[in-house]
Amino acid sequence: MASRKEPPGPASTVSSVATKARGKAAPGDSAVKQVQIDGLVVLKIIKHYQEEGQGNEVVQGVLLGLVVDDRLEITNCFPFPQHTEDDADFDEVQYQMEMMRSLRHVNIDHLHVGWYQSTYYGSFVTRALLDSQFSYQHAIEESVVLIYDPIKTAQGSLSLKAYRLTPKLMEVCKEKDFSPEALKKANVAFEHMFEEVPIIIKNSYLINVMLWELEKKSTVADKHELLSLASSNHLGKSLQLLMDRVDEMSQDIVKYNTYLRNTSKQQQQKHQYQQRRQQENLQRQSRGEPPLPEEDMSKLFKPPQPPARMDSLLIAGQINTYCQNIKEFTAQNLGKLFMAQALQEYSN
Amino acid sequence: MAAVSPSPAPAPAQDPDPVAVAAAPAPAAPSPAAAPPSAGSAPPAALPTAAPGPPGPAALPGPFPGGRVVRLHPVILASIVDSFERRNEGAARVIGTLLGTVDKHSVEVTNCFSVPHNESEDEVAVDMEFAKNMYELHKKVSPTEIILGWYATGHDITEHSVLIHEYYSREAHNPIHLTVDTSLQNGRMSIKAYLSAPMGVPGKTMGVMFTPLTVKYVYYDTERIGVDLIMKTCLSPSRVIGLSSDLQQVGAASARIQDTLSTVLQYAEDVLSGKVAADNTVGRFLMDLINQVPKISPEDFETMLNSNINDLLMVTYLANLTQSQIALNEKLLSL
Repeated sequence: MASRKEPPGPASTVSSVATKARGKAAPGDSAVKQVQIDGLVVLKIIKHYQEEGQGNEVVQGVLLGLVVDDRLEITNCFPFPQHTEDDADFDEVQYQMEMMRSLRHVNIDHLHVGWYQSTYYGSFVTRALLDSQFSYQHAIEESVVLIYDPIKTAQGSLSLKAYRLTPKLMEVCKEKDFSPEALKKANVAFEHMFEEVPIIIKNSYLINVMLWELEKKSTVADKHELLSLASSNHLGKSLQLLMDRVDEMSQDIVKYNTYLRNTSKQQQQKHQYQQRRQQENLQRQSRGEPPLPEEDMSKLFKPPQPPARMDSLLIAGQINTYCQNIKEFTAQNLGKLFMAQALQEYSN
Repeated sequence: MAAVSPSPAPAPAQDPDPVAVAAAPAPAAPSPAAAPPSAGSAPPAALPTAAPGPPGPAALPGPFPGGRVVRLHPVILASIVDSFERRNEGAARVIGTLLGTVDKHSVEVTNCFSVPHNESEDEVAVDMEFAKNMYELHKKVSPTEIILGWYATGHDITEHSVLIHEYYSREAHNPIHLTVDTSLQNGRMSIKAYLSAPMGVPGKTMGVMFTPLTVKYVYYDTERIGVDLIMKTCLSPSRVIGLSSDLQQVGAASARIQDTLSTVLQYAEDVLSGKVAADNTVGRFLMDLINQVPKISPEDFETMLNSNINDLLMVTYLANLTQSQIALNEKLLSL
């Protein structure tokens, strides 16, 4: 393995090792087809959120691992301290570098392969996430962001998803041009912003032995959250967030409509002005005077600024995620309700 | 209370060598009842006095009360096993620091990191700088965690352990020593925790004895769910599992309940047919179980069920509507 150059910035590790480890993927394809996570990483992420992340704060951390063929293996992770205002001299980059240097001493894979973040009810499609993931993916082709949803996990099943930006979106972000025309050209719809990569969890044999040992010594879990019927609270909150986003979306649409209306009004004005000009010129010609010079159209009529479309894309993506989550949730609950009905029928 | 000792070294403790205290191998006999002392008369006599009393001064707040419980999170074990798998060539075991919090009644270990060290026949070197650095870094993320002790893989406590323990007692009050037996002696991975207590003949060379503590596993709720999921890899042949989708999970949970129900049914049938003697407490639990299903009149239940189903269906419909709305919006924009 080639030695790794020390990165100057938080996400810009040299990807020389990564490129050696895999062949060149086809340009339209994504480089990573599957993400393989060690059990240890799952436990660490859960613990980090549990201890540091109560409330609406998101907790973040770095994922370490390596790339094998088209599979991204995540073998370890470490948490990032949260931003505190009173810690002005805290240097993120330095913390990261020190951590990775120390981990190298104990033979832990020190290749940066992504980052993880917790989310509140599924609201993670934000500008900040997009920027971070873009800089990660720009530096390391195969990086992913793992989104951990603690509230859904507390309801009974681990909710961990891996996302990457699609190549199309990467192109757009590289240009940094978010005007409507550019996005239309790139043909990016909100469904094509993030792609989800399937996750598998793998453990070594020794860890399996440890898990058997653990199972023998621990008491049986007596909470069965997954089958609980009390769901209205969760549903209510999700719907509330969805409604907020839809409101934002409608505002955005209104803005875009005004822009369109302004542009078309301006077009009309330009047209009228031109016509008037022509008429005047004709009159002058008929009177024998020199025609008026053509004036620069663009100076007279400044075109209105087209609104950046990236925000609305993000909102649309977020609404999409919310809707999908809600649908999953309702499907589960319907199943549970039917089971309760069966039980009740039987006991009557 | 069995005293655990490093068995390989038979060196007598009564050597009046002016060797550092911790360097003298703990001379305690393997079990209090049994063996004649390796050499000399001091150790067995010292045992009864040293063993039961909690280590006196300056320990964890108050003497370790109750059953001396160490509460362990599963993430620690996973970390330890992982660092054992990644050990350097030729290293027989790995060591590291344990971090956590101290409660009034117990000690909770929540984090750990491994520390590089070299061990040979006659000496041991621990990278203390590294340990300090890592602790500083960890403190930035979780400022409430303090150094509680250290861990080592392997099924025994050696003399080197004593030295390392000495170092850690400088860092923490009365450090805990955790061993994880990765060599799988007796076909089990035994996980044990110890506290150290000084022992020996006063005035002569003092030794160190490790007294065992009870280890309990504690989980956060989400941790429990995570561990349950990870445990499924034990059952798959390639040790790999994927994350399942929504309805599958409900199905899996209900399958579990079905299994437990069939066990209970089996028991009931056995009792009825006389194969197993009836146990009243179990019978009472069964009564409770049956009565858990609430007695609601069918009409009321119908209304409740229907209103719930209506709510859920409406929400699904609205979600679908919203999704088609934004898709439409996209289409219009790209015209």
